[in-house]
Amino acid sequence: MSSTPAPPEEVRILVPSGMLGGGFPAGTVERGLALGADVIAVDGGSTDSGPHYLGSATAKTSAAAVARDLRSLLGASATAGIPLVIGSCGTGGTDAGVDWVAGIVEGIVREQGLALTVARIYSEQDAADLVAQLDAGRIHPLAPQGPLDAATLESCTHIVGMMGAEPIMEALEAGADVVLAGRATDTAVIAAVPLMRGMPAGPTWHAAKIVECGGQCTTDPRSGGVLATIDAGGFTIEPLDPAVACTPTSVAAHMLYETVDPFQMREPAGTLLVREATYRALDERRVRVEGSRFEPADQHTIKLEGARISGYATMSFSAIRDPHILGSIENWAALLEQVLTARVRQTLGISPPEYEIDLRLYGYDAVLESIDPATGPPREVGVMLLVHAADQATATSVAKIANPLMLHLPTRDMAYLPSLAFAYSPAETERGPSYEFALHHVVDVDSPTGMFRLRLPEGATR
Amino acid sequence: MSAEHLPTLGELALEVRSKNAGPFWVTMELFMRDAEGYALVADEEFLDEDVVARLYDLDPADILFFRIPELNVVKVSFPRPVAQGSLRDRDVHAGQHHVPLAALVPGRR
Repeated sequence: MSSTPAPPEEVRILVPSGMLGGGFPAGTVERGLALGADVIAVDGGSTDSGPHYLGSATAKTSAAAVARDLRSLLGASATAGIPLVIGSCGTGGTDAGVDWVAGIVEGIVREQGLALTVARIYSEQDAADLVAQLDAGRIHPLAPQGPLDAATLESCTHIVGMMGAEPIMEALEAGADVVLAGRATDTAVIAAVPLMRGMPAGPTWHAAKIVECGGQCTTDPRSGGVLATIDAGGFTIEPLDPAVACTPTSVAAHMLYETVDPFQMREPAGTLLVREATYRALDERRVRVEGSRFEPADQHTIKLEGARISGYATMSFSAIRDPHILGSIENWAALLEQVLTARVRQTLGISPPEYEIDLRLYGYDAVLESIDPATGPPREVGVMLLVHAADQATATSVAKIANPLMLHLPTRDMAYLPSLAFAYSPAETERGPSYEFALHHVVDVDSPTGMFRLRLPEGATR
Repeated sequence: MSAEHLPTLGELALEVRSKNAGPFWVTMELFMRDAEGYALVADEEFLDEDVVARLYDLDPADILFFRIPELNVVKVSFPRPVAQGSLRDRDVHAGQHHVPLAALVPGRR
């Protein structure tokens, strides 16, 4: 595998699912291997579930679910002698996330006696290094964000750089069979091997985008994985579940999913352009895509993601079924906020913004608030009170002051005290630190691998 | 207003959906059934930046429109008023934000 033969005519990528730990039907991997897969690639994370996972450097998935998927994938990699590439390990792609997945991998490799060289690529960034880049004018905001200041960088609990395909290619060239990457673009994980083997950039990046969510580009998004075959003229997509199909519409429509702009996508090394791409059915299950272009950028950029603690939250949840209160629920909520604010000032001597309250009327307008098109009184309402403060004790104190109001507050015209329906006891739940995303910026870099640290086991050779 | 029920976009479409596109953007798609349905929603007299700005309480200048006849799709993207998962974000995946758009009734602007 170490010598450099002539480029192959095509490279086949097996994507078993949209996320490591998400599971895939039995037979998915076997079918991909039978079709001649050259690499298995799967995404291990995302910002999709919010800032908590990056901010706290913990995973959204359970170790048991990740281990279940890995047993199958590592076994397939060893049996077929093809690389396994996993990106954005541990959800946020932090160093702790990479080490967490590596620990699970090592356990399985030992247990199954697999001969696999496992590389780790760390993508976590030091705030002080980034402040120097900022001072040198090399960090730029992405819309809708404004310019960055050093304090914002320093306030983050974790910052990751999103790698392109190059650090993964470097790990594979150094002899890795399994690459556990920190934060990477979803597409880089899939594009690394085909690019290494000489496949053209346009079809490679486009295919990578189409298959990054596994079965999402098929007629049944819940189905198992997909196989992308890339060649000099384009690429072909085929579902691994024999009962499922890819159609020109299901494939083309995946460019819409979670993208701001469906026709162009920026990668660290350039921009994928798909407006001229054509989607054609080869048969009932396979789709051929041609005409995708990749325009290399003048400046290689690495996108930064960072999260920080915005405070600590305590939640209380009660519910109202009494039609009289429901008939004027907005007035009741306004009264609660007014009485609560006064009692907190009187008891704790603090006022917003020293703490914040977010009172949500589930069943009325909690989700969409002022943009909700519906009208009319609800049948019942769940009242969620979220108190946010600089420390947990203050947040909980405010929530406890709210407790008698969440239980007994009447509307102004009621002559008696209602008792509302707490959902559980105790009513207050401490949610711990609340995180927020603080970065949406890119750094200009001279080397596509410079911000990332490759670690191979002792004695690993090419 | 007549007593006759005029169908909403949600009823006319195959699917109307919304989703976060990274922590700072929301994107929505109207998947229409055919060219006729597409023509309805691609008509700027019916649906444009100003209409979406009014529905979602946004600045029209922040809204991006993509009209894609090949897929019978109109796609609309805009910056999230509150970053994903921050204090006061009530729809972490922005997956319920299609509802005001889906409630639009063609012929009644």
